[in-house]
Amino acid sequence: MTSLPTEITGKKLGLVIDLDTCVGCHACVVNCKEWNTGGYGAPLSDLDAYGADPVGSWLNRIHTFEVTPEDAPAQIVHFPKSCLHCDDAPCVTVCPTGASYKRGEDGIVLVDEEMCIGCGLCAWACPYGAREMDPVENVMKKCTLCVDRIYNDNLPEEDRVPACVRTCPAEARHFGDLGDPNSDVSKLVEERGGMDLMPEQGTRPVNKYLPPRPKTAPAVEPKTTKAKKLDAKGFLGWLDKTLEKL
Amino acid sequence: MHPAISVIFFTVTSGAGFGFLALIGLGVPLPEGGVGAFVAALIAGGLAVAGLISSTFHLGHPERAWRAFSQWQSSWLSREGVCAVITLTLFGFYALSWVFFDNRIGWLGLLISIGSAATVFTTAMIYAQLKTVPNWNTMLTPLCYLLFALASGVLLAASFGYWQESGGLATKLIAVFVVAVAWGAKLLWWQAAGGNTLASRGSSPETATGLGFIGKVRLLEKPHSGENYLTKEMVHQVGRKHANKLRLIALVLGAAIPLGLGLLVLAAGLPLHLLALAFVSLIAGLFVERWLFFAEAKHAVSLYY
Repeated sequence: MTSLPTEITGKKLGLVIDLDTCVGCHACVVNCKEWNTGGYGAPLSDLDAYGADPVGSWLNRIHTFEVTPEDAPAQIVHFPKSCLHCDDAPCVTVCPTGASYKRGEDGIVLVDEEMCIGCGLCAWACPYGAREMDPVENVMKKCTLCVDRIYNDNLPEEDRVPACVRTCPAEARHFGDLGDPNSDVSKLVEERGGMDLMPEQGTRPVNKYLPPRPKTAPAVEPKTTKAKKLDAKGFLGWLDKTLEKL
Repeated sequence: MHPAISVIFFTVTSGAGFGFLALIGLGVPLPEGGVGAFVAALIAGGLAVAGLISSTFHLGHPERAWRAFSQWQSSWLSREGVCAVITLTLFGFYALSWVFFDNRIGWLGLLISIGSAATVFTTAMIYAQLKTVPNWNTMLTPLCYLLFALASGVLLAASFGYWQESGGLATKLIAVFVVAVAWGAKLLWWQAAGGNTLASRGSSPETATGLGFIGKVRLLEKPHSGENYLTKEMVHQVGRKHANKLRLIALVLGAAIPLGLGLLVLAAGLPLHLLALAFVSLIAGLFVERWLFFAEAKHAVSLYY
């Protein structure tokens, strides 16, 4: 169905991404591609992968931003971005075929690739750039929240989380039910003031971003050691004065 | 936004086709039957169908296009497909009766007119619904699409020459008048587009990242060194550079030449067939206008790049 689900359980699976701890290593990007190229749906293809102009479909990308406060030096924030599994997902309602849908039982937004005609309208409707057309299969690809991992009884329990979360060496990515106020992720969002991206777009994203913690403000006057005034006498004193005059 | 040739061709030609269909349905003076009627029906239906076929060229899987008729309850793109197919099917029956029995069925024509207007409106709403592209996200977008479709249709219908006998100068002036009104609406759209920016909707790199509370946000490093689907499709820059020149070209081809030619034909009492040239020039102008419609539109995702 391309309408948003009317029968919902209240469960909202999603990610909480900590911008304070992300080190921008791209491990989540690589593990996402590795898992999802062999899992749900068509492989994530690359064109000209070893050539001069490589392009391909990725479900998760890391941007790096420079943020400059008015009264302090600039700081760097690594910014992983993937589907936010919005409550009011505009990518779902624009779909003409019903290929793009949001699940009522856990809120995951998915694409039925067999039904996708590759018109690209859902990618236009998404303000976050979460959807990319696969250049080989010509169907829309997006984050599935690793739907083929999180419910997979064949995997050890610690692996039943999205690939990006499992691999993050800084533990900057957290997975859980954001619809349950008592879940670990909800508490984290509460404690750290988790935020929505572009709330003015009215998409009501499920994924939350934890803001970087405040930096220690640098001292206004930097402490520097003043050079000692040379006060030599005798020959060295004469030499110093003579050289000064030159 | 990336201006795909197939989509530009589709919106302009199917607009003209459905504009002409709407006028045929309203019973404007045209050949009464036979070959003349066949030619008129072929041009109107042909333009509409050619546009629709061209629109499937930008699909990743055109063979699955039939699936797009299913979600008319929620999707403007689906509604467009449904409206187009219903209207063209009705027109098939109308054209048979017209060509072979010299009988233009009034009530069927009215349905076709309504269906044509609905098709053009739903096409425009595909763009006008997108909050992510503030330039398009205005009801002026469907207004322009509807008026341009009507203007193209009027010039086509008039160029068959049957307005010569019926009505006075006032009737004939309608052709020129509609073209002027359509461009008037487009000037309003351009005026509004200057104000319909991402910033006017409160979006900026600061809200896109949520980092505005710290300070000014600037992209330091892209996710990958190369291009990607998003930057090619939605962060397209070419064409914006020459926007002012292209607007002028669109106005000369689409407005000045058709209006000048139209007035000349009417004032000098030349054959109305010459209006076909005005139609061709209008279509050329609309191709430029439609290119700009896409090329100038800024998408919210550009805030991340």
